[in-house]
Amino acid sequence: MIRFDRVRKVYEDGFVALKNIDIEFKEGELTVLIGPSGCGKSTLMKLINRLNKPSQGRVLIREKDISNIDPVELRRSIGYVIQNIGLFPHMTIASNVAVVPRLLKWDKARIDKRVDELLRLVNLEPDTYRNRYPSELSGGQQQRIGIIRALAANPDIILLDEPFSALDPITREQLQDELVRLQQELKQTIVFVTHDMDEALKIADTIVLMKDGDIVQTGRPERILRHPANEFVKSFIGEKRLQTETADELYTVDEVMTENTVTAYPTRGLAEAIKLMEKRKVDSLIVVDRNHTLLGYASIFRVLDRFREENATLSDVMIPFEHVVESGTPITAAITLMNEHALPYVPVIRGARFAGLITKGSIVRHLADVYTPVETTDAVIPEMAAAGMEAEQLSQEQKGGGAI
Amino acid sequence: MDMFFRYVGENWIYLIELAYQHILMVLLAILFALVVGVPLGIVAARVPKLANLILGLANVVQVFPSLAMLVLLMIVFGLGFTTVVIGLFLYSLLPIIRNTYVGLTQVDPAITEAGRGVGMSSLQLLFRVQLPLAMPFVFTGIRVAAVIAIGVATIAPLIGGEGLGREVYSGINMDNPARLYAGAIPAALLALLADLFLGKLQRRVGQGKAA
Ligand SMILES: Nc1ncnc2c1ncn2[C@@H]1O[C@H](COP(=O)(O)OP(=O)(O)O)[C@@H](O)[C@H]1O
Ligand SMILES: [Mg+2]
Repeated sequence: MIRFDRVRKVYEDGFVALKNIDIEFKEGELTVLIGPSGCGKSTLMKLINRLNKPSQGRVLIREKDISNIDPVELRRSIGYVIQNIGLFPHMTIASNVAVVPRLLKWDKARIDKRVDELLRLVNLEPDTYRNRYPSELSGGQQQRIGIIRALAANPDIILLDEPFSALDPITREQLQDELVRLQQELKQTIVFVTHDMDEALKIADTIVLMKDGDIVQTGRPERILRHPANEFVKSFIGEKRLQTETADELYTVDEVMTENTVTAYPTRGLAEAIKLMEKRKVDSLIVVDRNHTLLGYASIFRVLDRFREENATLSDVMIPFEHVVESGTPITAAITLMNEHALPYVPVIRGARFAGLITKGSIVRHLADVYTPVETTDAVIPEMAAAGMEAEQLSQEQKGGGAI
Repeated sequence: MDMFFRYVGENWIYLIELAYQHILMVLLAILFALVVGVPLGIVAARVPKLANLILGLANVVQVFPSLAMLVLLMIVFGLGFTTVVIGLFLYSLLPIIRNTYVGLTQVDPAITEAGRGVGMSSLQLLFRVQLPLAMPFVFTGIRVAAVIAIGVATIAPLIGGEGLGREVYSGINMDNPARLYAGAIPAALLALLADLFLGKLQRRVGQGKAA
């Protein structure tokens, strides 16, 4: 959609703002340009609507070199939102929103209709706000107007230069959500500049990380978090975020598994088995032999099925595990396995011996330990554990549940 | 004082005529000053290289003592109404150029960039954004110019002009304080009224502007 072909930008004073930029902004994607202040984000963005012109190289939109397009025409076809909002203070809200349609000489009825439509789009009642002046609006409302002004003539490219950086965190979150919602509806190609990594991670389809006029790394947010290209990227992402995002790979099943499981020997009779399940409030038993070798599991349904046979034991009803994980396996692998096969839990073995159980409950507890500050841990667990209830019953929380 | 009121009572039609001439000279001068000064202010704001030259020249004109300037103009243009209007015009020029220039240069660059960014041509930017935002400043210029011009216009009779100055000089020449006051007081009132009126107008132009 938008392609930079070996673009270099040197300002009149000789400052090299962009070194050698090759990049493509994909159609229908929200691409975030991020980097420290002064690294050239705005410079790069303004090359797209010809507020800047390249010193070398070309900028192409749909493979057309934009230096051949009249800049005024070009800008009317590209939405542009700047950091300081840039509403025209002497114009009413309606006039501000209608600026581009007026320049494009839409008729009045069409403009009025469009203005109302856009105001509603960002939850501002047209009758209330139409005739107000920008100074009569809050910062968040002004920025909403800035955004719909850019949307007014239905451009398929929108440039936003740190649009939310001056807003309080709550308003910022709201507007981020609104922007993402609008983009998913309207599918424009969006280039969004920010220096806030949280913002980038939240809204980006693709992140472009810049430093000193160069692009350091480009990729999906997930990929950049997991595989930062170098120390700069790491430090920019922030140690804290890196830890929380990549730590999963460092933790093994041994740290996550619960050892308080209800196990039983295969020689156990079925009546005894039911009693045990009842007492420990679980719906299945892990069957191990005297050496603690894992044999399989017996669910309450299987047990009830054969309950009439007085001589039947657990060895008759138990089913071997199809999936087990070795001690030392990264927890991410175990989670993937559970996801793929829709397993409520998966046993961990050391050699052939049963070591413990990864359940949804144990994962939640682990997450809570790792990610939440101690004092809020209690508040977080019950809510999250609801999803893992079933598995939670299997593992024993209170007292140790050794073999019987 | 008694004499003053009697004089005014007997001659009010004549005084109104003088006031009218006074206002006419000032109005014409300011009108021309706007026609010439606003474009010069725009040029100064848009072409930084010319800014110093334009503002410098206007400044030189301004610091010229009024009597000396009018006498100089008289030598070139002769006695009469036109010469006075030209003089007043020159005096009004600086406040209007300077305020137009300041008004345009104080426009927030972010707003100018927004204007260009949404696809306004250079002229559209000027007429839809920059000039409207500079208006309150231009009005200050007009206000200052008007007050100065009303004052300077009282010496118009010296070079063949009309206006309230005539009464002032008659008063001095004939040693008649009543006539002197009959010229000076309305002139002062005019200046005050102009200031008040233009101030009001200025506030109305500046209405929608951000705080
Ligand atoms: N018009 C200009 N003339 C000279 N240098 C400029 C100009 N605009 C920006 N710069 C410089 O270029 C660098 C990049 O600026 P910018 O693209 O605005 O950075 P960012 O948006 O990433 O903070 C900065 O060091 C800035 O000082
Ligand atoms: Mg910037």
